[in-house]
Amino acid sequence: MAGTLLLVGATSDIGHAVAARYAQAGWRILLAARDPERAQRNADDLVARHRAEVGLLRLDILETDSFAAWLDGLPALPDTVVCAVGELGDQGRAEVDPAHAEGVMRTNFLGPSLLLGLIAERFAARGSGAIVGISSVAGDRGRGSNYVYGAGKAGFTAFLSGLRNRLAKSGVRVVTVKPGFVRTRMTRGLRLPPLLTGEPSEVGQAVYAAAQGGGDVVYVRKIWRLVMAVIAAIPEPVFKRLNL
Amino acid sequence: MLATPALAETGPAAQGLRTLSGWGRYPRASSEILAADAPGTLPMLLRGRRGVIARGAGRAYGDAAVGQRTTVLTGALDRLRGFDPATGRLRAEAGVTLADIVRTFLPRGFFPPVVPGTQFVTLGGMIASDVHGKNHHREGGFGAHVEALTLLTPDGVPRRCSRDQNPDLFALTLGGMGLTGTILDATFRLRPVESGWICQQTRVAADLSAMLRTLDEDDAATYSVAWIDCLARGAALGRGLVYRGEHAARETCRAAGRDAFPIPARSRLTVPPGLPPWTLNRTSVAAFNALYFRRGAAAEGRARLVPWQGYFFPLDGLAAWNRLYGARGFVQHQCVVPRRGAEAVLSGMLDRVARLGTASPLAVLKRLGPGGGGLSFPIDGYTLALDLPANAATFALLDELDRSVVAAGGRLYLAKDARQSRETFEAGYPALPTFRDLRRQLGAEGVLASRLSVRLGM
Repeated sequence: MAGTLLLVGATSDIGHAVAARYAQAGWRILLAARDPERAQRNADDLVARHRAEVGLLRLDILETDSFAAWLDGLPALPDTVVCAVGELGDQGRAEVDPAHAEGVMRTNFLGPSLLLGLIAERFAARGSGAIVGISSVAGDRGRGSNYVYGAGKAGFTAFLSGLRNRLAKSGVRVVTVKPGFVRTRMTRGLRLPPLLTGEPSEVGQAVYAAAQGGGDVVYVRKIWRLVMAVIAAIPEPVFKRLNL
Repeated sequence: MLATPALAETGPAAQGLRTLSGWGRYPRASSEILAADAPGTLPMLLRGRRGVIARGAGRAYGDAAVGQRTTVLTGALDRLRGFDPATGRLRAEAGVTLADIVRTFLPRGFFPPVVPGTQFVTLGGMIASDVHGKNHHREGGFGAHVEALTLLTPDGVPRRCSRDQNPDLFALTLGGMGLTGTILDATFRLRPVESGWICQQTRVAADLSAMLRTLDEDDAATYSVAWIDCLARGAALGRGLVYRGEHAARETCRAAGRDAFPIPARSRLTVPPGLPPWTLNRTSVAAFNALYFRRGAAAEGRARLVPWQGYFFPLDGLAAWNRLYGARGFVQHQCVVPRRGAEAVLSGMLDRVARLGTASPLAVLKRLGPGGGGLSFPIDGYTLALDLPANAATFALLDELDRSVVAAGGRLYLAKDARQSRETFEAGYPALPTFRDLRRQLGAEGVLASRLSVRLGM
């Protein structure tokens, strides 16, 4: 049954693929982005391609104080919310620049968690709704090459897990999606490990299916569950010496 | 900056130095790769860089989309910006593929006004090459249908260009091989069609003069294209099959018990890598050609419904068909010769190709109408396209063919070119000095440069 999707992080390619999947199914789409002008091309695409009804709103994921009023100002409470916000940042810089590291952590963990937490309250009061957080396999175990980003995603994953546990009997679904490598349009023609690399449309489909009842913690490509299980199982004395 | 999770999840360096080639896998050259992520960020990405060219789907055969130093991938510019069903007018970003456009709009009853021989090209590439279709004799090239475009010129400013706004820049960007600026988006009109089927009629031509006559008879047809058996010699030289096509009416489909807009089946056929270079040899190709000719002749005259993919994009069903020629790659030689005197020139070319005996089964002959000017390829005449393995014997032969084409007032298609000389290029494109002047005014010299533009001194 078609409803209204709120997509937070509407300039992201993965977010756009999610919105496209919902638009294809006839959903109304509300796009939220820090810079709506940059998200306009995605809004246009949904209209031209799927004849979707699309709204575009400004929301800065770092302005956590604004969330409650922003949600009160929505035309209606959406049926499903998907948070595709993320920032990889620069690991090397994060190691020496606490302000940069803080930005990465806030963008990947604090902002999305606090926003989805407030939405969860409203969904629980209504007794329905689906919340999808796009987290990352990078949060499954901290690695030397990207642990600031990974720590943010690990926090987000834990938050979603707790939220899901708490709301399990309330009629609200909470889903964690971990995309793994994704072949975005940006990387077309470049070499990524094919088995491990999904298309943005696969992420869109995975999110859509999971939100409709298809899973709690979703690895877009099933093989990632295995890969991350292996990585998680490596004993720390060995793991710490690996170049990951 | 809010990086997309897409980028965040991409992992190890997606950018850097790479060996690149065109669809023909010849020639290969090293180039730095940059990936655009949105039209708005391209000026920043390109600032201060020299020797840059945009690359859409990489379907140009030779070195047109390989940067002298840097190649910018435009695949992320794949958003549709607006569609008006009342007029068919579509505005789309330059990296949108033709396949995407057809898949999206054919079920809604619209088809592009001009399509080339593959749907795996981008809108930007179609404009930069001013591609032509099987309806050039009636509709001109794709560029003739572009109403407006946004061009990022070398000064870093995106400019709207149309027949009213920056008209000179607009005119020379159609067919300008990406050398006047980087195309960000374009507006053109799709045509209403009643079905996704083509009503195809096959006619047999026993020799070259019959072939040219048959193509001339198709001036009133919407689409027309011929396959030539380029191993046939003597009295059969230039024999082949001419395929006339019309968009099938809804009523015709219904009468034939066909769904007007069927959902296309996905092809799973892929040519494996590592085929030896003799996979296509005289014996295998001659056998194929004889069989193909006989089958076509048996179907002569009767109109039948064929799916749009089969009529317009026959090779798209076979993924990675460019591997058929082995690791050394191949070249596609596509020339156009003016109508007057065409038969003598073409028969001379076909005779030499048949003697060489390494031609592919895929030789195509079409009528072209008057051209679009600038560096746009088409001129009033006939265009012949041949695939040949990239080797010394081929190159020696093609040098000879080029001279005969140019002597007859013809030219070679830049989107296919991998090896022509500056002399044949300059002789074939009299608008070149005007094009160079514009490049100088724009500050594009040395800034926008592909391997093709350096090789040919554009």
